[in-house]
Amino acid sequence: MAAAASAAPATEIERVFRQEYGRAVAVLVRLVGDIDLAEEAVQEAFTTAVQQWPQAGLPPSPAGWIITTARNKAIDRQRREASRPGRYADAALLHARGEPAEEGPVHDDRLRLIFTCCHPALAESAQVALTLRLLGGLTTAEIARAFLVGEPAMAQRIVRAKGKIRDARIPYRVPADADLPERLRPVLAVVYLVFNEGYLSGSGAAPVREELRAEAVRLGRLLAELMPDEPEVLGLLALLLLIQSRQPARTAPGGALVLLADQDRSRWDRELIAEGQALVRRCLRLGRPGPYQLQAAINAVHSDAPTAAATDWRQIVRLYDQQMALAPTPVVALHRAVAVAETDGPEAALALVEALDLDAYHLAHAVRADLLRRLGRDAEAVRAYEAALARTENEAEREFLEGRLRELR
Amino acid sequence: MKQYLLSIYQPQGGMPEPEFLEAVMTDLGVLRRELESTGCWVFGQGLHDPSTATVLRPGNGEVLLTDGPFTEGKEYLGGFTILRAPDLDAALAWGRRYALATHLPVEVRPFQGEAED
Repeated sequence: MAAAASAAPATEIERVFRQEYGRAVAVLVRLVGDIDLAEEAVQEAFTTAVQQWPQAGLPPSPAGWIITTARNKAIDRQRREASRPGRYADAALLHARGEPAEEGPVHDDRLRLIFTCCHPALAESAQVALTLRLLGGLTTAEIARAFLVGEPAMAQRIVRAKGKIRDARIPYRVPADADLPERLRPVLAVVYLVFNEGYLSGSGAAPVREELRAEAVRLGRLLAELMPDEPEVLGLLALLLLIQSRQPARTAPGGALVLLADQDRSRWDRELIAEGQALVRRCLRLGRPGPYQLQAAINAVHSDAPTAAATDWRQIVRLYDQQMALAPTPVVALHRAVAVAETDGPEAALALVEALDLDAYHLAHAVRADLLRRLGRDAEAVRAYEAALARTENEAEREFLEGRLRELR
Repeated sequence: MKQYLLSIYQPQGGMPEPEFLEAVMTDLGVLRRELESTGCWVFGQGLHDPSTATVLRPGNGEVLLTDGPFTEGKEYLGGFTILRAPDLDAALAWGRRYALATHLPVEVRPFQGEAED
């Protein structure tokens, strides 16, 4: 037994860090009532782990070990600094008011932390940064790199947000059921934004992008585990899994973008598809549709088709109709038009696209260009591709649009 | 308990219709009584318009007086309420009601330190 427990390799410690950092910070915030102190204590505990575990082996409960060690370090520090007035004098900073001190199955500390990080009184950019830092354990430098912001600016954003949580007393609490739908919206938006940033944003280094997507999926899984009865939470996770399942087929060897219709479907990740589709079915049974669930359902229809030609476009148009009934936005209408092109032809779709007010959005021009191209109106298609090019900085997208332009000229 | 300042911002320009103003005053009265009965009320009052303001600026050991508000803007501080609340969510819930009652934007800002429970 002793032999089996010995010599924890660095990768094991890294795995424990990824998996348990957020939980440890969340528990510590509740215990010590201060985010900075909680973070410092958890980081110190991991530093100690890195020193001890390679020789001593993983403890039976690594998470428990980290939390206990961090708590002891926090208590030590509070004692040391007790004489120093100010820092902790403004006591009871973050309160889990009226809730039992012990961890319950429903009100996991991580859930409290998510709702605190994504409080609507914080700017979305601050919500994202705090969530990645406190729950994901990403460093300020990593978050700055991912969002193409300078590290000092990102550090300042995080310090300011933590200051507001402390000084304005943003509560450390899961919202009451009545407030949940409204408070859940920014939480889901943050996770989706992190995923999209990892999926399709500007230049950014590839490993950082992968890391962001993985982090978003991890957060999505965590939310689904903590709120298994919230259909939009399940819908978001399903959506992320289904999009992620196509990642291996999304880029050509040279890095160029491959459209859904042209992807090698044998390279799609079947396990992620099965998991995503099972979640979509669970959403259907719950019978409370929402935007994330509908987007997931549309992606599930694509995942079902063995070839692009076999896609059930009528079903997809119906799902977009439902989405339009819930939240009629021009972007949803644009995607619906793409599906209509398949059921009713490019002429019908073009009329829909031209009625939309989306001039600043490169994708609207790209869709219009494609429809014009299919209608043989090449000169107009060229102008539309040029308009799309003028509106995106993304390398892979630019390459794709330039390729289409070359074909037409 | 913490104390929060709820500042109500008003656009420059004429007074609204009397019926409108009457409805606003009724709603504000209800809110104030509710704050008082729950022990959350600290202080609150409307302000005269910015043309009644005087600014004092120190310099070289002297203080210079100027007529008018500190900053000229399209909006000005029309009045404020100070209330006690356990956390920001509670303060924002009151703030939301002030915004709906006055039809005006409300800024919620925490005071430093603690208020007695």
